Amino acid sequence: MANTTKQAIAPPIGGPLGKAIVWVDERFPLMATWKGHLSEYYAPKNFNFWYYFGSLAMLVLVMQIVTGIFLTMNYKPDAKLAFASVEYIMRDVTGGWLIRYLHSTGASMFFLVVYLHMMRGLMYGSYRKPRELLWIFGCMIYLCLMAEAFFGYLLPWGQMSYWGAQVIINLFAAIPFVGEDLSVWIRGDFNISDATLNRFFAFHVIAIPLVLLGLVAAHLVALHEVGSNNPDGIEIKKNLSADGTPKDGIPFHPYYTVKDIVGVVVFLAVFSAIVFFAPEMGGYFLEAPNFVPADPLQTPAHIAPVWYFTPFYAMLRAVPSMFGSQFPGVAVMGAATLILFVLPWLDRGKVKSVRYRGPIYKAFLTAFVISFVILGYLGVVPTTVWGQLPKGLPLIGAMDLATLVARVLTLVYFLFFILMPWYTKVDKELPEPERVNY
Amino acid sequence: MKTNRTLFRALLASSLSALVILSTPARANVAEVALDRAPINLNDQASLQRGAKNFINYCLNCHNAAYMRYSALTQIGLNEQQIRDNLMFTTDKFGDTMVSALDPKDAKEWFGAQPPDLTLVARVRGADWLYSFLRSFHRDDAAPSGWNNVVFKNVAMPNVLHDLQGTQVLTKVGEKPGHGGQMEPVMKLAVDRAGTMSAAEYDRFVADLVNYLTYMGEPVRAQRTQLGIIVLFFLTIAFFITLWLKHEYWKDVK
Repeated sequence: MANTTKQAIAPPIGGPLGKAIVWVDERFPLMATWKGHLSEYYAPKNFNFWYYFGSLAMLVLVMQIVTGIFLTMNYKPDAKLAFASVEYIMRDVTGGWLIRYLHSTGASMFFLVVYLHMMRGLMYGSYRKPRELLWIFGCMIYLCLMAEAFFGYLLPWGQMSYWGAQVIINLFAAIPFVGEDLSVWIRGDFNISDATLNRFFAFHVIAIPLVLLGLVAAHLVALHEVGSNNPDGIEIKKNLSADGTPKDGIPFHPYYTVKDIVGVVVFLAVFSAIVFFAPEMGGYFLEAPNFVPADPLQTPAHIAPVWYFTPFYAMLRAVPSMFGSQFPGVAVMGAATLILFVLPWLDRGKVKSVRYRGPIYKAFLTAFVISFVILGYLGVVPTTVWGQLPKGLPLIGAMDLATLVARVLTLVYFLFFILMPWYTKVDKELPEPERVNY
Repeated sequence: MKTNRTLFRALLASSLSALVILSTPARANVAEVALDRAPINLNDQASLQRGAKNFINYCLNCHNAAYMRYSALTQIGLNEQQIRDNLMFTTDKFGDTMVSALDPKDAKEWFGAQPPDLTLVARVRGADWLYSFLRSFHRDDAAPSGWNNVVFKNVAMPNVLHDLQGTQVLTKVGEKPGHGGQMEPVMKLAVDRAGTMSAAEYDRFVADLVNYLTYMGEPVRAQRTQLGIIVLFFLTIAFFITLWLKHEYWKDVK
């Protein structure tokens, strides 16, 4: 807390640096912030593998911002120049290729890390009281990230940039009554054009990142207010030692800073392996058709969004159009992301962590994860990938097998949430331990 | 803990199976015919130099490589004088990009479309596709140019390399059972009239060309992998140091 009274502050270390800290502390809560968020922020000592991804997400965010700043120095947000300017960065700007690959790989790795981070929250019940707002800020970050990725993907102005944006914006056009006007409003034109590219550039480099940074700050403030959850899902603040610190807690700094650095090094090794040896990642991080400049007159044979959107894209395709409108699919896709927000109020289990949950919850969680992964795969490939069902079958005759599977898995995805109030209540849970397992 | 481990195993198994599915390349729908493997070696500078010469002599007449500068060819072991004397028109500047003399209007009239820029073609199609495509032209009297291609059906491009390769024809050599129990013809390419090169020489010619196209798609590739080894070496050392640091600090966590 800031000192409003003229109270002497003891220097934390001797010498001129100590004096400087005192000088700052009389004007700004430097040491208080350092203590509150790092050296005296008590985190449970039993964090496991899944607890690396929060700090890694922050690392990727910083990397994206720094590489993004350098990219804007040479990128031209102009439909006539954009594609060539990216190749200029790749060929003629010193180190430009590295900056660009770091940024393109970072986009995919951001989603990978965030998905694992969300998975952790699901498994250990980190969205439960008192962490509901923390979870909601996280969901908002995820939505922002999707918007950021979508706007950014148009900028290289390749064939997939163009047609991917076309497909997504047409989704908005499917909304009844206002859809057509809405899509024109988003594009700023009747087609995707220079006007669209310019506004997407503005959203990608300034508007969304500002919101994102604000939300990340709110996410951290909320986290440090309520304290971190842990793999056992019990509150360490219930067991305090004489000095008022949690018995199962350890100061974030130095313990978790040194531990997270190990995670950072391993993550950077994986990241570098991709950047230096497989920056296209077999066409999943950089799609081959995106090396062809955008051509409004030539539709690519197969349009697929980048992998991190494909679970939702598979849901969109799985829902049949009704009354000649694609809107039901769009609504399902939107609901699939928005349903995450109400998760804290759907779970009625007594325990938080999957370690003490009953078999029904575990079965549902496993089915949910498998559905999400397979939907992700189905969103990449054409619906004909697994062939057709025989014509004679009732209801599902002559249907693409992949479409049928996608429908079932979409249902599983939603049932995980919709049935949660029921199965978390009736499930046979194990008793939680008094203290964390370490 | 046991139950947790079971779940973890189930999750691991599902994500691993997903990885197996995902490891099939996403470059879908490019070709349905089996492609020959291109003998790519980006460290073979002699091959890259021959490929650059082949590219400039044969491809650049109609195609552009508008993102590639002549000056970048110094990366494949040529000096400025060699590039100026052998690979450039006298009117071009050393820092210029490779632009064809073909007027886009003429191209549209002659081929129906402007020939695509080839700077990035290897990243779009892949080396194996290019290697197979350039060796799969055959005569087809029904096609406007008199040429067709097994890898790219009804391609607008004529076989500009037929002087070298000779003319190929596509003939039926047998039948095999196909979808739905019907017999499908088995077709084979064969040289009908020999060109100036033997089959092996022509394959080498195309291999050099595709090697160059692969280089041109990403000139930095060799440098990228070299730097990658250094970076990973550094991170490996950093891993052991940071791990040791972590253990030292965590000794007092009981």
